[in-house]
Amino acid sequence: MAIGVIRVDRPEAGASYLRATLKGMALTFKHLVKPITVSQQYPEEKWELSPRMRGTHRMAVHEDGRSKCVACGLCPTICPANCIKLIPAEDENGERYAAVYEIDEFRCIFCGYCQEVCPVEAIHLGVHYEAAEFSRERFVYDLERLCEQDHPFTQLWDPEDPYSE
Amino acid sequence: MGALSTTVFVISSAVKVVVIFMAWLLAVAGVTLAERKLAAWIQDRSGPNRVGPWGIFQPLADGLKNFIKEESLPEGASRWLFHLAPIISMFPAFVVFAVIPIAAPLPTPWGTVEMIIADIPIGLLFVLALGSLGVYGLVLGGWASNSKYPFLGGVRASAQMISYEVALGLSLVPMLMLSGNVSLPEIVAQQQETLWYVLPLMVGYLFFTVSYFAETNRAPFDMPEAESELVYGFHTEYSAMKFAIFMMAEYSNMIVASALIVTFFFGGWDIPFWAGDNMRVAADGLIVGGTPVWWVTVLTGLAFAAKVGFFVFVFIWVRWTIPRFRYDQVMSLGWKVMIPSLVVYIVVLGFSMLALESAGVQFSTTYMLWLTGVNVLGLLAIMFWLDRKRVIIGSAWRQVRPEQIR
Repeated sequence: MAIGVIRVDRPEAGASYLRATLKGMALTFKHLVKPITVSQQYPEEKWELSPRMRGTHRMAVHEDGRSKCVACGLCPTICPANCIKLIPAEDENGERYAAVYEIDEFRCIFCGYCQEVCPVEAIHLGVHYEAAEFSRERFVYDLERLCEQDHPFTQLWDPEDPYSE
Repeated sequence: MGALSTTVFVISSAVKVVVIFMAWLLAVAGVTLAERKLAAWIQDRSGPNRVGPWGIFQPLADGLKNFIKEESLPEGASRWLFHLAPIISMFPAFVVFAVIPIAAPLPTPWGTVEMIIADIPIGLLFVLALGSLGVYGLVLGGWASNSKYPFLGGVRASAQMISYEVALGLSLVPMLMLSGNVSLPEIVAQQQETLWYVLPLMVGYLFFTVSYFAETNRAPFDMPEAESELVYGFHTEYSAMKFAIFMMAEYSNMIVASALIVTFFFGGWDIPFWAGDNMRVAADGLIVGGTPVWWVTVLTGLAFAAKVGFFVFVFIWVRWTIPRFRYDQVMSLGWKVMIPSLVVYIVVLGFSMLALESAGVQFSTTYMLWLTGVNVLGLLAIMFWLDRKRVIIGSAWRQVRPEQIR
């Protein structure tokens, strides 16, 4: 005996199991013969991403391939997830550069503060989401890897509508 | 052309066993794919489409995956029964097909070979006996797992089998009264000569289909599995190939059920409105009624496959349409609706046949048409009296005021 079953006293005409069954069968059959239009065949078809989508990082580089980073230390300071490791160094001309620059993409919360705070527009988030790897270590991106990324930079605002929310 | 010599009989039987078993395994694989595809289409999805064109090699990929997965054995499980259960559930599903005639007799240079693995004179009893063995696999699998949900699944399986086995047997009684024979080739031959039994035994067909749905544990009667309540019930603890064997058993049961529906009610391998295939094998091995030709065998085989395929489709279609019954609804449908109405049906049909025979109507198409009339009335009676409010009645029946219903 099920407890607390409320039995609705339905009108006679609406209480036929067979009729409801046949109706349901007709409905599923209609869907069965209807061509499928909503599925997206993922690896072949992909979403068009917003230019403001914040994905895995990418470092901007000079024309000779050096990273634009001047190792000012603002991004590890502002990073709320504390995921950026930066050890600065100075070359023979007295220019600062990042001797070690690593971003742990597991800790990163993709807030985009590093990109906003960067004075030389070196570190950027990217419009990119397929970041699968075979090991956890591969998710710590070093400077070389950040420079090699070639997906588009995240835009901090829509260039056509800069004052929108 | 008389009966086959022993050597020819043995060799032809061996060939038939091998060929039909291979075709059978392929069919089971095909049905698993068909189920996933049809389910997807009904739900406006695409279904498996990655392995091969339209995903046709998906069953192969599934098999490969199941072979390389880990076989798990729950702590405290009864090792011997745990391994035995999948075998027990698969065995009847495969063996029953041996007694089902699949095509017209095939002429060969060494004699005419019947297209049935074992033409045993008690075909129908064999089917019923072995069909009820399948539940032991479920019950033992649930029991041996030493886990509460599989145990509940096993208990449900046994209770459901007991209830619906009775209805299954009773729903075949009208067919036995009409055919007067339990040999499946004979039943097919009689349907060829008169009408398909689905017309004179419409009500029996309806109840047979419903109780075979319950027998095969397919939705809406999948109480032993009940993934949302019992975590897939009796095969929760099974993994890899043992799980796959349970699945194969379910799908081969589905094909067996379709083949039985076709054989009992839809003329077996008969091609409708065509007299060229009306032939039967008499007791002494002689062919009566027609000359066997190879292309007739092929055509009738295809007709049989098409009919079975259609009913497999119905099984899948129903599963993805109708929600699962509550357990008390399953029981009340079985005991309070199916069994009493089948008893009434048998009595009514018996009196109709008695009346027809007293009126001097010969066993012929006319006889069948009279019975068809009786069955149409029976079907209407079911629609108007049996099916109103009584099947989906709540177990705790009480009147509620409208303001109590939220």
